[in-house]
Amino acid sequence: MRVFIPRDAAALAVGADRVAAAIAAQAQARGVALEIIRTGSRGMFWLEPLVEVETPGGRMGYGAVGLRDVPGLFDADFQNGGWHEKSTGLVEKIPFFAKQDRLTFARCGVIDPLDLDAYRALGGYDGLARALQLGAAQTVAEVKASGLRGRGGAGFPTGIKWETVRTAVAAQKYVVCNADEGDSGTFADRMLMEGDPFTLIEGMTIAAIAVGAAHGYIYVRSEYPHAIRTMNAAIAIARREGLLGRAVMGSAYEFELEVRVGAGAYVCGEETALLESLEGKRGQVRAKPPIPALVGLFGKPTVVNNLVSFATIPFILEKGAAVYADYGMGRSRGTMPVQIAGNVKHGGLFEVAFGITLGELVNEIGGGSATGRPVRAVQAGGPLGAYFPPALFDTLYDYEAFAARDGLIGHGGLVVFDEHVDMAKMARFAMAFCAHESCGKCTPCRIGSTRGEEVLDKIAAGEDAEENIALVKDLCETMKFGSLCALGGFTPYPVLSALHHFPEDFAPAAIPAAAQ
Amino acid sequence: MPHLWDSLAAGDIITAHEALEGPMLPILHAMQEHFGCIPEEAIRLIAARLNLTRAEVHGVVSFYHDFRRAPAGRHVLKLCRAEACQSMGGEANAAGLLHRLGLGWGETTPDGRLTVEAVYCLGLCACAPNAMLDGEVHGRLDAGTLEALAMEVL
Repeated sequence: MRVFIPRDAAALAVGADRVAAAIAAQAQARGVALEIIRTGSRGMFWLEPLVEVETPGGRMGYGAVGLRDVPGLFDADFQNGGWHEKSTGLVEKIPFFAKQDRLTFARCGVIDPLDLDAYRALGGYDGLARALQLGAAQTVAEVKASGLRGRGGAGFPTGIKWETVRTAVAAQKYVVCNADEGDSGTFADRMLMEGDPFTLIEGMTIAAIAVGAAHGYIYVRSEYPHAIRTMNAAIAIARREGLLGRAVMGSAYEFELEVRVGAGAYVCGEETALLESLEGKRGQVRAKPPIPALVGLFGKPTVVNNLVSFATIPFILEKGAAVYADYGMGRSRGTMPVQIAGNVKHGGLFEVAFGITLGELVNEIGGGSATGRPVRAVQAGGPLGAYFPPALFDTLYDYEAFAARDGLIGHGGLVVFDEHVDMAKMARFAMAFCAHESCGKCTPCRIGSTRGEEVLDKIAAGEDAEENIALVKDLCETMKFGSLCALGGFTPYPVLSALHHFPEDFAPAAIPAAAQ
Repeated sequence: MPHLWDSLAAGDIITAHEALEGPMLPILHAMQEHFGCIPEEAIRLIAARLNLTRAEVHGVVSFYHDFRRAPAGRHVLKLCRAEACQSMGGEANAAGLLHRLGLGWGETTPDGRLTVEAVYCLGLCACAPNAMLDGEVHGRLDAGTLEALAMEVL
C-alpha cells in the first residue's frame, strides 16, 4: 500500500515528519507493509499534515493528522481507505481542491518531487520536447499566443519579453528566475520548488532555448532552506539525466542552471536589484531604461521572470497556447495560483482561472476568518498591495479590475484580517517595512517611508489629525510617482487604501480602542 | 559551533567559489556558515582576492540583513513579523516571549544560548503565526507553544 505524506515546509511546520515517522513505526510494529512516499503539498494547509492513501477509487485523505491519531488510523484500516474521524474522503473531491484549475500546480502534492519518472509519467518534459520541435521563434510565438503575463506582479506579457531577448544580438544571454518570494501571504514559489521542481527546470530550459541563452540562475531567498535543498537536488538529477548540460535532451542546445541564495533583502525581489545581487553587489535598484531584456545580468540580454511564469511554460508548450488562453477573462489569460492566508479558515493555494470574485475567494473558498469573527479587511498582493474592505468583495480577480479599484493582484497573495485589526497600525507597518527594506537609492522611498512612519505616529497620537492625514496623502503621491521601483512606488497602496476605506481607525476617537 | 578566524580556511572558501560568475554572495554565505559571521579579516581578504576595495565589500556585507558582524547565540529563533502572522496574533506572542526572556529584537540571552530575531515572511502564511528555530520551521504557534519551543533550547 502506498501512503503519501507531504514534505512541504508548511506541512513540516505542523508536524509532517513526526507523523510520517510514527506511521512507519506503527506499520512495522503491526507488520503492515506500507510504502511511504513524501510529496509536495496539495496546498490545503488547514488539513496539513494531510496523509493520503492510494485506493482503487482514488486517493483517500486524512487531514490534520496528529501523533495521537496514528494508532487509531491503523485500527480504522486507513491503509485500505477505512473511515476515521480525520477522513476527508477522496482528496480530489474536497471542494477546495475540486473547484480549482490546476494547470501550473497539476503535479504539486501528487508526486515525489525528485522522482523524475513520476514527473515524466504525468506529462513532464513533453513541453520541452515540443519546444525543440517548434524551434525558438515558434516557441516564443506560442508563449505570446497564450497571453501569459508576468506572475510576479507587474503583469508584463511574457512572450513579448522573450521576443525582445531572442532578437537582441549578443554573444551571451541569460535566463533568471525570480524566486525571491518576499511578500507576506505568498508561498506559491516555495510550494512549487518543494513540490514539483522539474517543472521550473523544464520551463527555464524552454526559455533558454527560445531566447538563445546557455546559462540560467534561480535566485531563491535564504528564508527558504527546504526549497533550496530540493531545487539543488532536482538540478543534480536533471544534469545526470542529460536534461541540463551540454546537449539538453540530446539536442544541440546547452543549458546550465544554478541556484543562488539571497541574503534577506526584500528589495532583491525587484528585478534590477536582483540582478545587482546576482552580480555580487548591494541589492540596489537600477534605473530603467535600459531594460534587463537588453542590458541585464552582467550587461547581457536577460529574461527575468517570476517562478510561476516559468513553471507555467511547460503546460503551455505541452497542451498548446489555445488551451491555456481559454482560461481567464479580458487581458488576464490562464490561471493564477491565489494564495489565501492569514486569519482565514481554509488557507492555502487555490489555482483558478482569472475572473472569480475576491469575495468568493475569501468567504466561499477560504471559509471566512479562522477566528470566526467577521472579516474586516483583505490585503491583496503582499505588503505593497491595497487593503480591500468587504464592500469591494465584488472585485473580479483580474489585473485590470484590481487596478481600477486602486489595488493590485501582485504575486497572488491574499491576507485576511478579522474585525480586531487596527488599520492605522497596518498603515504604519507598511511605511515601517518600506523604511526597513528600502535600498536607499532614491529619496522618495528612503526618506519618504521614514517621514511617513513619523506622520502616522502623530496621527495615532491625535496630533493635528486632519492636517497630518493630508500630509501623509501628499507624501504618498510623491512616493508613488517619484520612486524608482515598486517598493517606494507601491507602499502608498496599503497606506492610502487604509485611510480611504477605514477612516474611523485614524480618527482621534479610535485611539483608546487601538491602544488596547 | 562556528570556527575561530583562520585565514587559510577563509582562503580555501574563496578559492572554492571564485570561479563562479558573481562569487560575492556565495563566498559571504560560506564564510558565515564557517565562522558564524563575517569578521573584519574576511572583508580584507575578500577585497584583496576579488580585486575590490574594502569599502565595496563592506557595502555588500552591511546591505544584507542576513550577514552578521558578530556571531549569534548558539541557537537562533526567527519570529515572523509580517502581515499574515500579525493577522493571527503573532506580534502579541512575540512580545510575550521577548518580555519573558528580557530581550529586545535581535538580542541574545546573557548565557549566549539563544538569539531572537525578526523575519519578514517564511512563506508559511496559511499556518500562521510561525517561526524558525535553527532552520527548522514551526507553524500555528500560540503563546504557549512558542514559549515551549524557546524552552527546548534554553
